[in-house]
Amino acid sequence: MTDVFAALGFDFMRNALLAGLMAGLTCGIIGTLVVVNRLVFLSGGIAHASYGGVGLAFFFGLAPALGIVGFAILSALAMAAVTLKAKHRADTVIGVMWAVGMALGVILIDLTPGYNADLMSYLFGSILTVPDSDLWLMLALNAVILLTVGFFYHDFLAMSYDEEFAQVRGVPVRPLYYVLLVMIALAVVMVIQVVGLILVIALLTIPPYIAERHAGSLGRMMGYAVVLNLVFTTTGLWLAYVFNLTSGATIIMVAAAGFFISLAVQRLRRNRVPSDAGPEPA
Amino acid sequence: MNEPVIEIRDLWFSYNGQPVLTAADLTVREGDFMAVIGPNGGGKTTLIRLMLGLLKPRRGTVRVLGLPPDKAAPLTGYMPQRPGHNQGFPVSVMDVVLMGRPRSGLTRLRYARADREAAQRALERMDMWPLRDRRVGELSGGQRQRVYVARALVSEPRVMFLDEPMANVDAQGQTEFYELMKELNRSVTIVMVSHDLMAVSSYVKSVACVSRQVHFHDRPEVTESMLKMAYSCPVELVAHGLPHRVLEIHPDD
Repeated sequence: MTDVFAALGFDFMRNALLAGLMAGLTCGIIGTLVVVNRLVFLSGGIAHASYGGVGLAFFFGLAPALGIVGFAILSALAMAAVTLKAKHRADTVIGVMWAVGMALGVILIDLTPGYNADLMSYLFGSILTVPDSDLWLMLALNAVILLTVGFFYHDFLAMSYDEEFAQVRGVPVRPLYYVLLVMIALAVVMVIQVVGLILVIALLTIPPYIAERHAGSLGRMMGYAVVLNLVFTTTGLWLAYVFNLTSGATIIMVAAAGFFISLAVQRLRRNRVPSDAGPEPA
Repeated sequence: MNEPVIEIRDLWFSYNGQPVLTAADLTVREGDFMAVIGPNGGGKTTLIRLMLGLLKPRRGTVRVLGLPPDKAAPLTGYMPQRPGHNQGFPVSVMDVVLMGRPRSGLTRLRYARADREAAQRALERMDMWPLRDRRVGELSGGQRQRVYVARALVSEPRVMFLDEPMANVDAQGQTEFYELMKELNRSVTIVMVSHDLMAVSSYVKSVACVSRQVHFHDRPEVTESMLKMAYSCPVELVAHGLPHRVLEIHPDD
């Protein structure tokens, strides 16, 4: 244990922990909305397309954070427009944007003279090299997301549960759908720092999935998911430090372990206590 | 004659160039219990969605309580065809019913005491108050249906729209449901999309048959021409056996 406290003496380790905690908070809240609205594939699309933003930033000599945030938001808005307009083709279009964004990023970095961006750090995260400025950005994004979800909580609940009914009750479903996708983009950008764009999906989906069956309300599902995320992130970070492993991948493996343990517990419970809920109607 | 609650004049609607409703006219009066029947794809659900303001007509007007449908929304109740299809969704009975309360501006931050009281009244009326903290996904089909009726009632509506409310409910539950609707109809005008012709003849006060056009009957009867229009196979219906069905020749045909 002492070497962990010793590790916290390093700035990079302290920043890593703070970044992990902030990403965990966002992922619990936004991941819950992603899971109940079945936007997992779309979130993956935003994550991968945002690599195009990295390429653009390097090519034009801008800050990578700026490029990635801007590009993620733009692709989120485009995906929102497409999914609202042609729902039945949405998955295809998302798949195309997923690949094109990625390819654009790779080519632009090829074309950038004299610089070879570390592709791996975007694919698998770079939590051990988070600078202070990124922590401030994450803090600001967290504040924006918390305030937005807090203010529109009942609207998000109603539209996630029953979109058409929500619309009849005066919930501004379309604008909020855009807002939700932009928040997903912001969350994705934050999590790319921690675990990289390939593994974003795991942190967005595993904790909310485990939380869903134990929570009595959407708010509690968010709360449980945040706690699980914090546990997974800190445990993963600690294991990565102790065993000298890649931190992003270790965090994901811890989350995956949590996922399988929750499945096993659920199995055992179902076999022991018969459900009193009665037969499910078809 | 009672006040008109819904007035539809020369209504046209099409999906991707395919006409769904053409030159439809309809007047629903206060206190009516109207069944909307018709073939699949004939425009029943489209008509309801136009009355709710979820769709905008290509031509013609829809007035609900004298207002455009989206303005009238707070005064109406709605029970969709398949509400809350996601059974695993973590939401309590109480929270689902509260979704029926219209909110706007800063009031959206939290529910007022009046909202909670209205939800309690609606749940008590549906005998669901004791189950208010249960997750909706844990309830039986019939109980869930009562929750969705409570959600439609919680806005204290003057008009209720029910789109095929009988999905996932057994025969016994259906009878109870129609009895309940009959009772609610004493204070609320009801418009109900239904496949179920038995309900049409035993419980409702009028029938609108929708198949691109709207044929309105001010009596709870199913005419032969409506059957032909709705199913293009009257023999099948006779085989189903509907002893209290009244068959009459449609005067227009």
